[in-house]
Amino acid sequence: MEFDVKNIREDFPILKKQINGKQLIYFDNAATSQTPTCVINSISNYYNNYNSNIHRGVHSLSEEATEAYEESREKLRKHFNAKHKEEIIFTSGTTHSINIVSNGFLNLLDENDEIIVSGLEHHSNIVPWQMMCNKTKSKLKVIPLDKNGELDLKKFKRLISEKTKLVFLNHVSNALGIINPIEEIIKISHHYDAIVLVDGAQSAAHFKIDLQKLNVDFFTASAHKLCGPTGVGFLYGKKELLEKIEPFMGGGEMISDVTFDKTTYADIPHKFEAGTPNISGVIAFGVAIDYMNNIGFEKIRDYEDKLLTYATKKLKEIDDLIIYGDVKNKTSVISFNLTGSHSYDVGSILDKFGIAVRTGQHCAQPIMDHFNIPGTVRVSLSFINTFKEIDILYEAIVKAKSMLS
Amino acid sequence: MTIENLQENLIEDFSFFEDWTQKYEYMIELSKTLDKMEESLKNDKNLIKGCQSKVWLNAEFNDGKINFQADSEAIITKGIIAILLMIFNNKTPNEIIKSDVSFIEKIGLKEHLSPNRANGLYSMIKQIKFYAIAYSKK
Repeated sequence: MEFDVKNIREDFPILKKQINGKQLIYFDNAATSQTPTCVINSISNYYNNYNSNIHRGVHSLSEEATEAYEESREKLRKHFNAKHKEEIIFTSGTTHSINIVSNGFLNLLDENDEIIVSGLEHHSNIVPWQMMCNKTKSKLKVIPLDKNGELDLKKFKRLISEKTKLVFLNHVSNALGIINPIEEIIKISHHYDAIVLVDGAQSAAHFKIDLQKLNVDFFTASAHKLCGPTGVGFLYGKKELLEKIEPFMGGGEMISDVTFDKTTYADIPHKFEAGTPNISGVIAFGVAIDYMNNIGFEKIRDYEDKLLTYATKKLKEIDDLIIYGDVKNKTSVISFNLTGSHSYDVGSILDKFGIAVRTGQHCAQPIMDHFNIPGTVRVSLSFINTFKEIDILYEAIVKAKSMLS
Repeated sequence: MTIENLQENLIEDFSFFEDWTQKYEYMIELSKTLDKMEESLKNDKNLIKGCQSKVWLNAEFNDGKINFQADSEAIITKGIIAILLMIFNNKTPNEIIKSDVSFIEKIGLKEHLSPNRANGLYSMIKQIKFYAIAYSKK
């Protein structure tokens, strides 16, 4: 089947919306992707037809809901090629997943240990580790960036040692779209027996990920960046590691035996899924993965690359427009500034044209400090966007520039 | 002029604009009329938290009136500051405390009021009122 953006756009009702009297142009896909009708319908179908609590009731509705929930786990296992279904843990999103891992290692680290994070991180991948290091007295080290904003692998090789217990980095930088060399980092880290967590929040929507091939120890992504609903995500962990770490949330569903003296945790994945989960959201996540697979990740990547190349070329035609992280290996994100103008001003004017972009620091203050800027305008393209929309963006930026100069 | 008169004038000025571009262009013009804030006053103490662009607001109390100085990195935000200072500068604490801020909505800048905008309008008005309450007790 050919990639037909016109047909695909029909699947997204929100694209018909008018903003400030203009047709919505949605270029904030890296923050939240839009939701196709099949995903929206799966949520209402759940509430209309089989809303009930999972893993508990003996009644038919509960059976039906449990089945759909577990089917979603299997869909994710298959899509990300995890070895075991129970290695997929449903969470409220990547931030929750990261906190499961950082809290899980609290009792396994001490002051002699070191952990390494990349300098390209989102705050959600910095703060939990700082909290963990404060509690365990272990040391936090940062992989520096080179002048283009890419991770400096030579310096990483100098940072890592036998003391390194954990390495955390994102697969793709949310602020710049740069794809990190995770394969190499995983190999180097494993050489020192360090455990690697990769945050795939910004990668999973753009290309297919093979967890076994990557040989990554932990991996996480959020549904709302993959055409799914908000408030759902997953954590993948190698079985032996998930069995080793302690859960940080206690409650129902995650136990096998409770007395007032002692609780025995349930087996994975339930050990980490305390309380009633976002059942409809998890089911819709599975539907979203199906939707994207039906289009095909290769076709998505190919189309998005074309959009990126076109948009980069077009934006570079504008004088005094600086693109940050303009490197070869990146996803369809353009982070830029107009010289002399604040990103907030540019974003406010683009909004008047119905164009949704993200402005500011993108929760990645260290990266902004690296370039010595208060923020950027981030255009994040996805397979629902068109070349025509990029032309409209170009015109709007030119207008913003003339207004602001 | 009273705060109320100033607000009425402003609402009238804005009523002539036909579309958002004219409104924004006017705010950008206004931003250029704002008195320069002394660099030493652009300190952490005067920084208004929660804004996407940095906003500084300083207040001094002289002869029963509050004198504000403010600045921002973003030009549209600076235009908004100019509007606020046009209304609230050199007024007594009581005048400021009693004043209504519904003019923001009437000049069509309500979109900038939502806390999500993080452009400082919401926080700036709050800070101006805080200063007024503090100085009213002196």
